[in-house]
Parts: sequence; C-alpha cells; structure tokens
Amino acid sequence: MRTFTYDRASDVAAAVAGFAPGTMYLGGGTNLVDLMRLGVAEPERLVDVSKLPLRDVEADGEGLLIGSAVRNADLAAHPLVRERYPMLARAVLTGASGQVRNMATVGGNLLQRTRCSYFQDVTKACNKRSPGSGCPAIEGDHRNLAIFGHSTPQQAPQCVATHPSDMAVALAALDAQVRVAGPEGERVIAMPGLHRLPGTEPDRDTVLRPGELITAVRLPAPPPGASAYRKVRERASFAFALVSVAAALDVSDYGAVQGVRLALGGVAHAPWRARRAEEALLGQQADDDQFRRAADAELAHARPLPGNRYKVALARNLIVAVLRELMPR
Amino acid sequence: MAEITIRLNGTDVPLSVDPRTSLLDLLRERLGLTGTKKGCDHGQCGACTVLIDGRRANACLALAVAQDGADVTTVEGLTSAGHPPDGENEALHPLQAAFIERDAFQCGYCTPGQLCSAAGMLAERGPSAVTADLTADPALVPEEIRERMSGNLCRCGAYVNIVAAIGDVAGSGARAGDGVRATERAGAGSGRGAP
Repeated sequence: MRTFTYDRASDVAAAVAGFAPGTMYLGGGTNLVDLMRLGVAEPERLVDVSKLPLRDVEADGEGLLIGSAVRNADLAAHPLVRERYPMLARAVLTGASGQVRNMATVGGNLLQRTRCSYFQDVTKACNKRSPGSGCPAIEGDHRNLAIFGHSTPQQAPQCVATHPSDMAVALAALDAQVRVAGPEGERVIAMPGLHRLPGTEPDRDTVLRPGELITAVRLPAPPPGASAYRKVRERASFAFALVSVAAALDVSDYGAVQGVRLALGGVAHAPWRARRAEEALLGQQADDDQFRRAADAELAHARPLPGNRYKVALARNLIVAVLRELMPR
Repeated sequence: MAEITIRLNGTDVPLSVDPRTSLLDLLRERLGLTGTKKGCDHGQCGACTVLIDGRRANACLALAVAQDGADVTTVEGLTSAGHPPDGENEALHPLQAAFIERDAFQCGYCTPGQLCSAAGMLAERGPSAVTADLTADPALVPEEIRERMSGNLCRCGAYVNIVAAIGDVAGSGARAGDGVRATERAGAGSGRGAP
C-alpha cells in the first residue's frame, strides 16, 4: 500500500476546505481500504468523515433525512425505515454481511466501486481504472456485468461494469435526493442521477465534482401502495446481485395501476430506473399479462453480452414475480 | 507515524502507528494478540472479526489509525471483560463453552472470528434479510442465525454445529437484541470489572 497521511475531519466545512488533488474521503473503509490494499486506489491523504455529526436518521416532514455517516446496519434497523420504507430496509439487509454493515456508511455505500474482477486486478487492463487501456471484460468474464447503458448505436462499449450497491437501487426507486457539500457550495442531486453511465469516461462513476462530499440522503414520502426489494444472487447470503428489483405498486379499487416504481440492480453502471416499464404499466390493469408487457418494454432495450444473456430473462421474471407479490390481497 | 490510544480488552494502549497498518495487523504483529486470525484480508471471510465499540467488525478493513479512542475487544478479551463465567469452566465465555459442547469446529481457524461475530450478533436489534416482518424483532431461529452469521466462513463446514452452539447461548425463544446486556458486558464495556 502506498503511504498516505490520515486526518479526522472536525466538521463538513473543514473536510471540504482541506480537499486537494490526491485526497479521498474515508467512511467505513470497507471498500476503500480493500482497494488501497489491492493497489487500485492510491490516495495521498485520507480525510476520515465517518465521525462527522452526520449520523442521525430523522423524520423530515413527510420524508426522512439520513446522515451520510449513518452505518448501514443502523439505517436498516431504524424504526422509521422499517415501518415506512421496507424496500430500503430490505435492500440494505441483503447487502454484504453483519460486520460490513456495521462499518459501512450511507455515503460510502453510494460511492463504492464496481466489483468487476478486471477493475480490481491491477495486472489487467481496465478503462475504469486506467482510461484507454481497454476492457478485457467485453471479450472475457462478464457473466455478472451490465446489460443496460454500456453503449449506444453510435458508440461501442468501453466499460461493462455494474454498480454493486443494493441500497442505491432502492434510493433510485424512492426518488431520493443526495445532498452534497463542495468547494463551490451545497447542491442536491436527484437519484438515480448521482451515478452516471460509462460513455467515454468510465473512470467517472458519479457526477460528483472534485472535493464534493455527500452529507445526507433525503427521502420524500414513501410511494403509496406496497413495496419490496428482491435480489437474486449465486448464494443465499453475502453475495452481490446478479439482478435485483426494487418495486412499489399502487393498485386502485378497480384493479388499475395508479402508481408504480421499478429500479433494477446488477444490470448497469448505475442503479437502473426502469422508466419504460413504469410508463407501460401506469393506468393498465394490474395483472400478469401487463406485468410481462411492462418488463418487456424495458428489456427490449437491453444489450446483453454473450455471457450475460441470462440476465434478460432473469430480470423479466423477477420484475413480474415482484409485482405479482405486491398485488393487494 | 500517528499517535493513537486504543482501549484494548479493557486496557488503554497508547500506540504509534503507520497509517497503512490495519487493526488486524496491529493486533497480531505488534501486540501479540494472535487469537484474531487473518483469512482473506478482504473482509470476505470473517476470521478477523473483533468488536469495535461493542459492534462486530472486520479488523482487516479497519485502519488502526482510524481507531483512536475506540474500544476494541478481541477473542482474548471476551471473558476478561466482566461476563459472568460459564458454570463449568470459569475461563470460558458462554459462547466458547457452547462451541466446545457442540463440537462447533474442526481446525478452529475461523473460531475466534465466529465467537466475536456471534457475541456482536446477539446484541444486534432488528430484522435480517430473512425476517418476514420487518417491524418485529424476530426469534433467533436457526434460519436467522445462519443469515446473521453469513459474514463468517468455515472452510471445514462446521456450520451445523456452529448454528447449534449459538442457538444454545441465544436460548430458545430469544429475540434479536436480547443478547444486548450480555454482550455489553462481554464486549466493549470492559474495564468495569465483574458485576
């Protein structure tokens, strides 16, 4: 590991004011410390923001205000999250392990890097880690990687990484707002807009500017109806998603869909809000035929690679199954 | 080098550390506390699990320099921190006694991490990924224990007995968080001595 200096920030203003090129903010360290050990991250200076007074979860009008230094475990265990945002509690609980959830922060969860094996191996080329060096995953092992958003008809893929967070998928479905403080002041970024698609700059995971620090996540009122988070993975616990679905469904007394939220995890460089599926379903009869039609409306835009075509069928089946589960009984 | 003080198994330890040092390497290489094991060194196996401020954590992912002022309990400190001793063997934490009783290991390499993880887990409130009703603190049935302990791998595959041993200590009908008092005493509380 390359040498670095360590400072514990006393407040947000000091953390941001002290930022210089080579500085990285340290939350729980569950991803960053690992990446430093792997040689993927080489900060010159760490500013520890995990002890900042950003550690509360509190009601905020109809919504909820979550400090960015709140531990994942505390977020999932919070009574207001469990009662009002079960999709979020479930998403956080399906991520990582008990130990990691005790350490990991909300801000760090959002800013964790892809687990693409080429990105994490400094002996391999990787356009995300070393822009211009190439992407071995496109021809190589991409079983777990993206099916959406990695390319356009005009532009071949440069990176097919997925964002690994479960929590971010729920936040995308919940229309969360990410509050950041930076050298140029404070601003608010609406999810899923924090994360970006790789395009020609796959080294940039998010729209954050140098020095910007996530201070809080605000949730608006929970969507009406029922909600759920469901994750498919290669083992029953402590594994990243192959595909996950965050969904909320509100059905009228006459059986029509009057509200729907759908976001997918494990399929793109960012949490994937399935707006085409939402649009296809809104106002329609809430039944399996319409659920399938909505899923197909989204998945028609998938661009799977040879080794991850299974994700198209998996995502389709998962969307239909979760929506069915959310039907009023 | 950075100057820090860690409260380690009930004793304040002033240290000068290289910022690159993990808590795990500090414990094993500098302080001679080799009970905490290094398995994967990536936070995936749980062999290095300790309690930091009473909560289980992967010592391999924790920078020592970031633990200034923290209260750290390792497997060596599980008993010394004032937990009521087991009836038959006063040197053992009830979880250690239960692991022996249930033969919850083969090689034993993962055991210190399993023990610290279980001690932390029994103090945690709230649901897990397998809890049906998110608003209730669920009973610690085997399915709950398996999910909550998924951050600790056992290459020998002694899981069946590990789950049974933890279940013995949780007690039948125990609910998430019931272990909070026991673990506060066993864990970070330290230094307060026996009740």
